[in-house]
Amino acid sequence: MHTNSLYQEVILDHNRKPRNYGKLEHASHRATGHNPLCGDRLNISLQLNERDQIDAIAVEGESCAICKASASMMTAAVKGKSRLDAETLIHEFRELATGKLDTDNPHHLGRLTVFSGIRDLPTRVKCAILPWHTLHAALNSLENASTEADHDPASTVSSNT
Amino acid sequence: MNATGFSPKSATTGDVDWEKIRADFPILKLKIDGKPLVYFDNAASSQMPQQIIDRLVRYQTAEHANINRAVHYLSEIATMEFHRARCKLQQFVNAEEDREIIFTSGTTDAINLVMHGYGRKFIKAGDEIILTTLEHHSNIVPWQMLASEKGAKIRVVPINDKGELEIDEYEKLFNERTKFVGLIHVSNALGTINPIKRMIDFAHRYSVPVLIDGAQAAPHLTIDVQAQDGDFYVFSAHKLCGPTGVGMLYGKATLLEAMQPFKGGGDMIASVTFEKTIYNTIPHKFEAGTPPIAAAIGFGAAIDYLTAIGIERIAAYENTLLDYATACLNEIPGVKIIGTAAEKTAVISFTIDGIHPHDIGTILNQDGIAVRTGHHCAQPVMQRFNIPATSRASFAFYNKKSEVDTLVAGIKTVQKVFL
Repeated sequence: MHTNSLYQEVILDHNRKPRNYGKLEHASHRATGHNPLCGDRLNISLQLNERDQIDAIAVEGESCAICKASASMMTAAVKGKSRLDAETLIHEFRELATGKLDTDNPHHLGRLTVFSGIRDLPTRVKCAILPWHTLHAALNSLENASTEADHDPASTVSSNT
Repeated sequence: MNATGFSPKSATTGDVDWEKIRADFPILKLKIDGKPLVYFDNAASSQMPQQIIDRLVRYQTAEHANINRAVHYLSEIATMEFHRARCKLQQFVNAEEDREIIFTSGTTDAINLVMHGYGRKFIKAGDEIILTTLEHHSNIVPWQMLASEKGAKIRVVPINDKGELEIDEYEKLFNERTKFVGLIHVSNALGTINPIKRMIDFAHRYSVPVLIDGAQAAPHLTIDVQAQDGDFYVFSAHKLCGPTGVGMLYGKATLLEAMQPFKGGGDMIASVTFEKTIYNTIPHKFEAGTPPIAAAIGFGAAIDYLTAIGIERIAAYENTLLDYATACLNEIPGVKIIGTAAEKTAVISFTIDGIHPHDIGTILNQDGIAVRTGHHCAQPVMQRFNIPATSRASFAFYNKKSEVDTLVAGIKTVQKVFL
């Protein structure tokens, strides 16, 4: 893969102007995600309504462009979705990033497939997955998510689905 | 040359044909995505010249057997070549005796050997171990494990804004409870060369032994363990153009003899019964099991290769690359060099405003440029400068100025992508 195809305009745009950036005053679920390898750190706060739908979601933190863009596009993708639909997207995104998703089959990722090139850069897979891993932690009321050891998304992808 | 190590600023590159030397390294002919490889990750691991590759092939094709055991031809030649490698290392660091050189699996293994062999035997509750902010995690974590096991305390020498140790603060840390000093010779994250001779002399006033982590120093500075007078000196082969999986510990014979073994097994014993085992003499006491024989012989070949060029000439040449790259990077707006010590090796850690090092590394890679990005296993250094990570270009004697130009162009491309 050529790296050019990873840093596409849509990713650069979300990096420059992250959507849903910040912190919710009143959140039903929160989690912090951490990638110790590069120091990336994200805080996700979200509000689930009585029908188990994501009414509001916000992300803040320090991270690389891939992680920031992934977080921004994720918030746009899951806002208004049910918890179940969000979990489906989390699963599909992890499969995409680790090269296990056949994009010819039906999926729900839409423009998120812009991240498909990350599968050829194993050291960067964690950057793209961290927001999704943190969202999964928030939805399941786990306070912390990490991309290392037992929490490695590459190794826990199946057990978390 | 002086006892603190060779100062690169005072030497010349001599009449060395650097292009011819570069041609010794087959990997440098690689293309990455169609672009010539620019390998600037030498502080993590350097590349291997054909001469050393050939030496490894010769060993595996005509000399291999287990050592120190059988009486047959191959075992004898392997044993002899392994011993010759030890003697080359002895000469390289100017140790008094060859038995003061212990083969380990690398720098980390050597530090752990000293922690177990010396630390666990001699360091007790309430004792203090001095480390510095510049240490690699490999010279922090073993001592933390020991401190927590024994109830000992770690004291840390701070650094200034240039990334130099504050020697006055180091000297103030000493008291009657100080029992050990672990000191990095050259910072892997910043390139800072520490004044180890002065620091060793000060520790010895308190009769405190000093371990010098020479992983980043051995490829660039002349090591003289007798003149420097450090008690332990450790480094790895793979940063000296040698193979991975082997490194060395130099220790003063009296200390090595007083220490307990680290690993138990074959070769490290004189006799074994189920009632009692008598340990072998040094260095064998610390070399349990079959050692990395091929890698050790490759280590010896690497020493021959580097010594033939001359460490001083290597350092002087690398310093011209460092000066050139420093000047170039200082001219790019938004680029900041982290670590500006007066005495440093050819390492440049840098940040670019608004751009994460991992994005820098990935985009430089598309121009064939290999730099290291991250915390460089030196998180306390990153914390000191209040940054999560840096990008690091580290130069070797087979790099050239035109490659620095490629890096400069690559950095400008990175800035354009994120404009």
